[in-house]
Amino acid sequence: MANWSVILNIAKTHLLTKIKQTSTAALGVTFGIGAYITLVCFMTGLNGMLDDLILNQTPHIHVYNEIEPSKKQPISIYDNVNNSFNIVHSIKPKLSQKKIHNALPIIKYLEDNTDVRGALPQIKTQIFYIAGSIELGGNLTGINAIDEAIFFNMGDYIVEGSAEALQNTDNGILLGIGIAKKMSLKVGDRVQISPINGGIFPLRIVGFYQSGIADLDAIQSFTNIKTVQRILGKANNYITDINVKLFDIEQAVSLSKKIEQQFGLSAIDIKTANAQFETGTTIRNLITYAVSITLLIVAGFGIYNILNMLIYEKMNDIAILKATGFSGKDVQLIFMSQAMIIGFVGGVLGLFIGYGLVSLIDTIPFQTEALPTVETYPINMNPLFFVIGFSFAMFSTFLAGYLPSKKAKKIDPVKIIRGQ
Amino acid sequence: MSIVLEAKHINKYFKKPVMFHVLKDINFQVKKGEFVSIMGKSGCGKSTLLYILSTMDTDYEGELFLNNKLVTEQNREYLSYLRNKHIGFVFQFHYLLSEFSVLENVMLPAKKLAEKSHQEIENDAMEKLKMLNIDHLAKKRASRISGGEKQRVAIARALINNPSIIMGDEPTGNLDSHNAKNVFNIFEQLSNEQGLSLLVVTHDEDFAKKTDRIIQMEDGKIMV
Repeated sequence: MANWSVILNIAKTHLLTKIKQTSTAALGVTFGIGAYITLVCFMTGLNGMLDDLILNQTPHIHVYNEIEPSKKQPISIYDNVNNSFNIVHSIKPKLSQKKIHNALPIIKYLEDNTDVRGALPQIKTQIFYIAGSIELGGNLTGINAIDEAIFFNMGDYIVEGSAEALQNTDNGILLGIGIAKKMSLKVGDRVQISPINGGIFPLRIVGFYQSGIADLDAIQSFTNIKTVQRILGKANNYITDINVKLFDIEQAVSLSKKIEQQFGLSAIDIKTANAQFETGTTIRNLITYAVSITLLIVAGFGIYNILNMLIYEKMNDIAILKATGFSGKDVQLIFMSQAMIIGFVGGVLGLFIGYGLVSLIDTIPFQTEALPTVETYPINMNPLFFVIGFSFAMFSTFLAGYLPSKKAKKIDPVKIIRGQ
Repeated sequence: MSIVLEAKHINKYFKKPVMFHVLKDINFQVKKGEFVSIMGKSGCGKSTLLYILSTMDTDYEGELFLNNKLVTEQNREYLSYLRNKHIGFVFQFHYLLSEFSVLENVMLPAKKLAEKSHQEIENDAMEKLKMLNIDHLAKKRASRISGGEKQRVAIARALINNPSIIMGDEPTGNLDSHNAKNVFNIFEQLSNEQGLSLLVVTHDEDFAKKTDRIIQMEDGKIMV
């Protein structure tokens, strides 16, 4: 027989006449939720940025031809020495080609796989940048620039020029920013490069590349696959690496094993390559949630305290309500709804404060050499956090209100009326 | 005449701090329209009896009938409903909800009962206040009015659901003689004009003498 309008009216009057205590309790929730939203949006934003830093550029599976010694030396195949003890000194890697055999059919095969978002060919080679009489060692990677921009966010790391410009310019080069500084080069200039097997090729600079890792930027440059093939004097099926991007990163391990077995190539999945990285993310998330939950629990205790006090103050009211026909449940509902109102108002305010702070942080400049595309502090404003924050506000105030209100329910009116 | 309230063989024990037999085989009836007072010395168990009769105290032996229906052993929800609908209370200490206005205090039990619309309840409440000559106080906060006025507000509240019986625990005990007389007159008027049953615990002999019947209690027993 709960009569909500009466119950809520009493709850409202209690809250409004004790507006100071009410607002203190609500502010506790507000700050708890506000801090939670701010913290979680900021931390996950930061985490996301750090994740992207690695994950965006890293292929989910990297397929290449490893230069390594034969697993089985020829002597062990020879039956005559089967039962004898043999030692081979000075084992050398097996002579094999750097290129992936049948690379183009393999790429086609991989792209037909439904788990694969894209499989991109690359040619990696060592070159020298020639500046007058000085030769600077470096790496040149041949890529399909536009595909790289689509699948590996290449565009984020091109600080001048664009992926399209590289794709469209024959003999173009995307120069690492470190090299450009060393050699005082601008976009539009020409740079001469020399592959290890000799010859000098002038390439036109179409843009600069900055990964954020200074050591890498001082050696790494990109050009078209065809340009590299021409520089090296190889045919157009010469591919040294295949970078695979999947729809689901969890598939990386199993698919990489399959590729290794099927094609006799080396395939490294992202989890193996960046194991320590994932640990860092997990721990940062753990800290974020531990701090947030602590804040909310503190707010919950505040509500518990204030409701407890309120119930002691309202003993007479409780007795009189019960004497005039309100049941224990009604009285409990009165105090529960007070807790829930505090939780609701405090929670909603907290969401607004959190939103405000997060929006503010989002505008604070954050410029660092390491992250060329980031201009302000990274924020991950996920609506889910707001839902979680609000639910937790309601849940914690429910718990904080439940115990005191249960006490109010059990108060024996006779004891209080006689006690006077 | 129909019987409003009937107690049969009511016994009550206080178990703490030591076993104590407070009420010993209480039997009596209150008829419709009767104005009954319970008298006795402090500690004789008259308040204890009243709380049992009011259904607030359920820890007793024996049987209690309200409007000829057995009340004993009913669940608490139902007892709350009974108190709400059939029993009006007036206490020694006025026990109004101090943060609410006089009118709201009077309206509250009727809102809980929820048998009438808000407007009807408000009209009823104003009518009760007018009858007790305190309608000018309706909008005042309950904490801002005098003791005598508070007691009249409490009576108005007790009347709001047109109960079968009004119970009072020393309703005049905390009032000066003028206000006490006032309250008595109101009770008498209710009894005579509206046929309301009244059961009042009192110390005040003058008050008791003017009622229809006095139940004299001593050491947990009713003296005849």
